[in-house]
Amino acid sequence: MWRDALVVAGKDLRIEARAKVGLNQVVPYSMVVLLLFGFAFDQDRPLLQQAAPGLFWMAVLFAGLLAVQRSFSVEAADGAMDGLRMSGLDPAGVFLGKAVAVAAQLVALEALLTVGVVVLFHTQLAGAGLLAATAVLATACVAGAGTAYGALSMGLRVRETLLPMLLAPVLAPVVLSATEAWRAALGLSTGGGWRWLGLLAAFAAIYLAGGAVGFGALMEET
Amino acid sequence: MRFAEVPPAPSTGARLPARSSLLTRALGLSAVVGLGITTWWGLWVSPPDVVQGQYVRMLYVHPAVATMCYAAFGLCALGSIAWLWPRLRSPRWDRLAVAGAEVGSVFCLATLVTGSIWGRATWGVWWTWDARLTLTAVLFALSLGYLALRRAIDNPSSRSYVSSMVAVLMVLTVVVDHYATTWWVTLHQNTSLFKPGPSVHGWQLATMGMSFVAFGLVLAWLMVHRYRLEALEERYEREGLSAALEARRSEGPAATGRPGRGGPQPAVGVPAPVPVAGQARDQEVVAR
Repeated sequence: MWRDALVVAGKDLRIEARAKVGLNQVVPYSMVVLLLFGFAFDQDRPLLQQAAPGLFWMAVLFAGLLAVQRSFSVEAADGAMDGLRMSGLDPAGVFLGKAVAVAAQLVALEALLTVGVVVLFHTQLAGAGLLAATAVLATACVAGAGTAYGALSMGLRVRETLLPMLLAPVLAPVVLSATEAWRAALGLSTGGGWRWLGLLAAFAAIYLAGGAVGFGALMEET
Repeated sequence: MRFAEVPPAPSTGARLPARSSLLTRALGLSAVVGLGITTWWGLWVSPPDVVQGQYVRMLYVHPAVATMCYAAFGLCALGSIAWLWPRLRSPRWDRLAVAGAEVGSVFCLATLVTGSIWGRATWGVWWTWDARLTLTAVLFALSLGYLALRRAIDNPSSRSYVSSMVAVLMVLTVVVDHYATTWWVTLHQNTSLFKPGPSVHGWQLATMGMSFVAFGLVLAWLMVHRYRLEALEERYEREGLSAALEARRSEGPAATGRPGRGGPQPAVGVPAPVPVAGQARDQEVVAR
């Protein structure tokens, strides 16, 4: 399963490295979103600093939606999904591979967005351990749930509009937990930040395990 | 031909009547009577509250509606889990799931609206970022997504499988969401009824109890009818095309006795029927 996951993740990342859709479209889009947040808050520096964690994770959510749609649109063209079905790869490995590829792209994007938040919103980074742990777990949540719902809506006529509608409310607790953990790490709230990681870990486990178990049947049904 | 007149096929599936039975009519009537009694007691018999004054009358709507919302979503989850369980798999569970989701969405919207009105009266705002409010709003969005997903899938087998999986994942999401929103902030008042020594008494307690019975009957009545509708829709998907073809054939020349393509042909030597005015004009145009 893990070997198959690495094969699929390598395939997806090679496609992205060659097509450069993430670099040319998703990264500039995410930066524009950060700029638009600045416009929306009318350059209010203290307010932007307070809201920076939430704005960061909203930008990650938007980018995650694009990454998941892209991950499954490459399978929709030229009967690629039929090729995956007939390849003999473990369906759980295919699911985990696609999730790992989405997560890898999101981690790279989060690094750039962090620079953007520091530069644009004047955020002072602190609590690096909590920030990094939150980022890893929240990325696993977005990639796991995104890949699961991407697979569910794969092959449907209205998948472009259906996927955001399904995924946005599902990821609501992830955005909330990740934002609160980052707020605690940056000293913007008094509550402990580490307890949010438990929720993020539970969410990631649910979707990664559920997706890995159900992906085989989904590949046949959709 | 009306679909309800199509004779049942010997395939598997529901054999529910197209119209409501005596039992469901009695259920509907009981729900109306229950709502009537709740309205009467709630507006005229029950006294105003010492603290909340007349606004306490929302107590006879909002908690019962919210409870029915959670009960309906619970039935949706139960139906989905049972459908995914191989030994229990049956279209009945899928029908229960969709009925629960759709009726639950209606009650969820009613919960948000009545809660918002009550919030305006007691807290002074239409909306506040309270844990239970936020969770209910997310639950409403999740249920709309579930219903949209069901509508987007044409294949009944795929629809049942995918929507059951989504329902189960959503239940787990709601559990995580419950903790997230509760840790975040909470302003909502605690339970008033289901605890030792409830904080409501006398006519208030009786009216509140009556509201739970009335809205419970409404929930049951809606569930029965939505379940029946789903069974009829399944039957339509299964037999609708055959019924339409049969109806079309029955309108054809063989059934009416009129000549036409595929119908009885005139015998050799018999003059062809005189064309009507339009046909003669068409033939002239072709000749020119």
